[in-house]
Amino acid sequence: MMFLAAVPGFSGDQTSLNPVGPGASHIEHTFALIFWITAVVYIIVMAVLVISIWRRHHSLDTMPDPQPTSAESDQRAQRMVAVAIGVTTVLLFTMMISSFAASRAIATMNYEQALTIHVFGHEWWWEVQYPSDQAWKSVVTANEIHVPVGVTIRIHGTSRDVIHSFWAPNVQGKRDLLPGYDTDLMLKVDQPGRYRGQCAEYCGEQHAHMAFYIVAQSQDDFNHWLQGQQKSAPPPATPQTLHGQQVFLTHACVMCHTIRGTTAGSRVGPDLTHLASRTTIAAGMLPNNTANLAGWILNAQNIKPGCRMPPNGLSGSDLQDLVAYLETLQ
Amino acid sequence: MRYALALLLSTVLLLNAGCKREHRVFDPGAAQASVAYAAPLDPVHPGGPSAPAAPSIPSARALSQYEQSAYAVGEGKRLYMAFNCVGCHQHGGGGIGPALMDAQWIYGSHPEQIYASIVEGRPNGMPSFAGKIPEYQVWELVAYVRSMSGQLPEDIAPSRSDEMPVVKAEQARPKEHPQDQQKDRKAQP
Amino acid sequence: MTASTIVTPVELTESDRRHADRLEEVWKEPAGFLGWFKAVHHTTIGKRYMVTAFVFFALAGLLAGAMRLQLAFPEAHILSNDKYNQFFTVHGSTMMFLFAVPMMFEALSVYLVPLMVGTRNIAFPRLNAYSYYLYLFGGMMLWIAFFCNTGADRGWFSYVPLAGPDYGPGKRPDFWAQMITFTEVSALAVAVEIVVTVFRLRAPGMSLNRIPIFVWGQVVVAFMVIFALPGVVLSSTMLLIDRTCGTQFFNPAAGGDVLLYQHLFWWFGHPEVYIIFIPGTAIVSTIVTTFSRRHMFGYLMVVLALVATGFMAFGLWVHHMFATGIPQIAESYFTAASMTIAIPTGAQVFCWIVTLATGKVVLKPPLWWVIGFFFVFIMGGMTGIFLASVPVDLQVHDTYFVVAHFHYVLIGGAVFPLFGALSYWFPKITGRMLNATLDQVSFWLFFIGFNTTFFPMHLVGLRGMPRRVYTYQPGMGWTVLNQVESFGYVLLFLSVCIMLWNVYRSARHGTIAGSNPWNAGTLEWATTSPPPSYNFLYLPTVNGREALWDAAPNQPIVVGLHDDVRSFLTTRILDAEPDGHEEFPSPTMWPFWAAVSTGAAFVGSIFTPWGITFGAIPIAITMIGWFWPERQPAERRRAREIWQSE
Repeated sequence: MMFLAAVPGFSGDQTSLNPVGPGASHIEHTFALIFWITAVVYIIVMAVLVISIWRRHHSLDTMPDPQPTSAESDQRAQRMVAVAIGVTTVLLFTMMISSFAASRAIATMNYEQALTIHVFGHEWWWEVQYPSDQAWKSVVTANEIHVPVGVTIRIHGTSRDVIHSFWAPNVQGKRDLLPGYDTDLMLKVDQPGRYRGQCAEYCGEQHAHMAFYIVAQSQDDFNHWLQGQQKSAPPPATPQTLHGQQVFLTHACVMCHTIRGTTAGSRVGPDLTHLASRTTIAAGMLPNNTANLAGWILNAQNIKPGCRMPPNGLSGSDLQDLVAYLETLQ
Repeated sequence: MRYALALLLSTVLLLNAGCKREHRVFDPGAAQASVAYAAPLDPVHPGGPSAPAAPSIPSARALSQYEQSAYAVGEGKRLYMAFNCVGCHQHGGGGIGPALMDAQWIYGSHPEQIYASIVEGRPNGMPSFAGKIPEYQVWELVAYVRSMSGQLPEDIAPSRSDEMPVVKAEQARPKEHPQDQQKDRKAQP
Repeated sequence: MTASTIVTPVELTESDRRHADRLEEVWKEPAGFLGWFKAVHHTTIGKRYMVTAFVFFALAGLLAGAMRLQLAFPEAHILSNDKYNQFFTVHGSTMMFLFAVPMMFEALSVYLVPLMVGTRNIAFPRLNAYSYYLYLFGGMMLWIAFFCNTGADRGWFSYVPLAGPDYGPGKRPDFWAQMITFTEVSALAVAVEIVVTVFRLRAPGMSLNRIPIFVWGQVVVAFMVIFALPGVVLSSTMLLIDRTCGTQFFNPAAGGDVLLYQHLFWWFGHPEVYIIFIPGTAIVSTIVTTFSRRHMFGYLMVVLALVATGFMAFGLWVHHMFATGIPQIAESYFTAASMTIAIPTGAQVFCWIVTLATGKVVLKPPLWWVIGFFFVFIMGGMTGIFLASVPVDLQVHDTYFVVAHFHYVLIGGAVFPLFGALSYWFPKITGRMLNATLDQVSFWLFFIGFNTTFFPMHLVGLRGMPRRVYTYQPGMGWTVLNQVESFGYVLLFLSVCIMLWNVYRSARHGTIAGSNPWNAGTLEWATTSPPPSYNFLYLPTVNGREALWDAAPNQPIVVGLHDDVRSFLTTRILDAEPDGHEEFPSPTMWPFWAAVSTGAAFVGSIFTPWGITFGAIPIAITMIGWFWPERQPAERRRAREIWQSE
């Protein structure tokens, strides 16, 4: 079905037409069935309409007298309309059954052994937790969800404020994150890669910039990543990064952010313990590099007006040292 | 037709007053965005001790800009939770810290005094937030704190929270008359 | 086939002229500045509804232009995010609440239904005036608020908790919620009037199986309005009192529920789109009949399809909530229902095609717009099937695919028929024909512009672009499609401008139309164009489904009603046998004052709950003034009651 969207320059990493897991695949099959049936029906109905008008059209300036209706032609027409309604009903039921079949196929994932990942919707970023029954193994990160390939994942989600919607189209349909409710979404990714998702429920000023990435890796790579995330931030090794950590701890940063291994423990904003291991910042908006990080810290409101991060009037050297420190947080 | 236009014009002018309520400033500019600083009076502070900086001078004009914007007062409410003011002051009823919804103000009820209390800190546990919060956010907090004792008009003060209903919404609170302001008025000839 | 008796003749006899003069004396609309506020005749109020709804359409259309400009470039700064959020919300709210329902249901039914059933005025004329003023005030309130930076900005359905007190600071959602109250009271009033008019005021001989399909459509819609609108009145009022009085309906921390809002809203929201679409089908049935020069094929099937659609529309609402985590088996029921409703709609489509295929088709501008309807609406219906399926919906919900779908069904199902209705009934309303060439030009511009703007939205939604985003990032592959869409807007804008120019010029200089330029069959064509203030010189009787085509050579007219008071005939529901006569109330300013007091109470309640309490006093006073019985009409009513009881 990619032909529907095939155009140069389209990366295909946020589309339902490029499925990489059983969730999106089953949906794409039903989509294709409905597409072909409706396209053919549409063309036939429009053709019948156009041909009927063409054949019966009289170009007259005045309106002719209304004609009596003929019992025979109406009889024939009645049969044809009955057949048409019958065909319509059969086609609708076909599409309906295909839809039910896709739902059931996707629902089989509910019964599989699944890795649970908790997602919390915030205005306008995603808090991601990998719970563990051993507290020190729990991982808290933001905006980037690593998953092992071929493993069933349960995204267990809720919202910390308004309604958001978790949607990674290559992988699976969407699921709303609702305050006061917990919702579950089962997904599985069959091919390694980075797949982009975006919030799909209008959630305020920066709904447009609330994206995330699902990073599918081999089981070994995933385990390696998870173990890395479980660790606290290492102490800074150079004078520059030491000063950077000092800048972090003595400015507004501590009011909102956590870096495990330091005294900063606020949960208002994303956990920065492994900030440098993420490929994007600002909820999938900007690539995570020095320039973007510095610009974001200096004035996030220029980039994402209305977001919760205030501007920070840091001096040039403070900013450089801070960014250098943050880049050690792998 | 002319009457309709005149009616429209007068309605628009009347409602212009309401526009300030809806004013949203996301980027307050370099001056307001610079960090609020004053010499700390309390050794308690979040994070590490902030480096001394130029003291920010509270300006009543800045306050009025934030106090007339429902969005800014709403931000103040969000920051009040986010920065854990609730931890000591609860939702205005006080606990470890004094109540903020009544007429008693140990260190003064004027906006500049509340500003100073937040930035400098106060004895017996009010942390100093010097160097930790930008000025405009302190003003948003001050505006919110004033709404807790009913100082703000009903259409600007926040309504009920999406929290457990432990207190009346700020817009429904009776307007308290702080004693220090009454004393000031009495003292004037 | 055309009767010469029930159609008002061009040349009047002497006694006819005296009768006309007496009727004119009794029924004439009050003149002057104050007279504007006293009007109670349905054609006057109907025209006001049409003009006001069109103004809102144009305003919302301009907002759409600004939105398309902002979306033409990634990360553009033409509209800030705050402004864009207000723009898309006010665009949607205006189109849905201030244009679509008021135009498709209220304007068209108020103007046409009394004429089509053959009576002199709509039932409850003063209520009709009141409903118009309320609608006007509600729309003005929203737009004045919008000009004051207080435009609603939480989406046209304003979900909680985003629109709730914590996350929607200020008064913006309050103005939205109260606008709902205004417009829904207005729609409910008109619904009640239409039901009573159609059930009790029909011309003798217009039994149920002879009611024009247009009128059937509007009656079905009136019932849908009565049952659906309380849902949104409830949800918007609960939102308003959550925000102003501190109730906890939608606060999960206090036992409230955010999904309750969605259920209540969509219980209304789904029937709402059928409330907009069914009048469109009613127009299509009328135009297809007239321009095929034959009775509609399958009248019974079409009427049953309308009724079935009206019922089934209430069983679909959860398809707007498939992503909320409701259990699969419950959602699957709504998949089945949402797909099944295509069957009665399909039946209507087949009947229309058969009518065209077995008639003598005359391709005049109204029929062109109907052809446009077929192409556009049916495409929208097809994409609706995708949305009916739960798994597919979970991929396309809240993306531009849905935006494309609903514009195809709403513009295709309502706006195309509406412009066809404009071509078709403009001669009746103004007495002059629209310029056919300009009409054709605006049709083609609109058709091409519409598809250019909205077809690419299917693709960009499938490529991952969500809805309600004020901008998007470069490199997503959405830029070119968005630019094509924005270009299409220019064509749409030109089309509407040409249409406006056509209306303006033709109303002044168009060819005189005469009473029945299309040689159509329904009763509104039996009187002059425009109709006099008393509608028909003599009330007609009916002999078949198309009153004028099926009229007997000596089709009788109604005689014996008083012509010195505003008399009208009541008939029985099933077979329209005359069973009495009543008197319409005379023009008065009380409905206007009542609407002003109601408006003041509603607007006041945005700022304080006491607004309702104290606002109730002027409402009570004006309503008492309105309903205070006048001596002579009361005496006449008593006389009628005595006469009827004997």
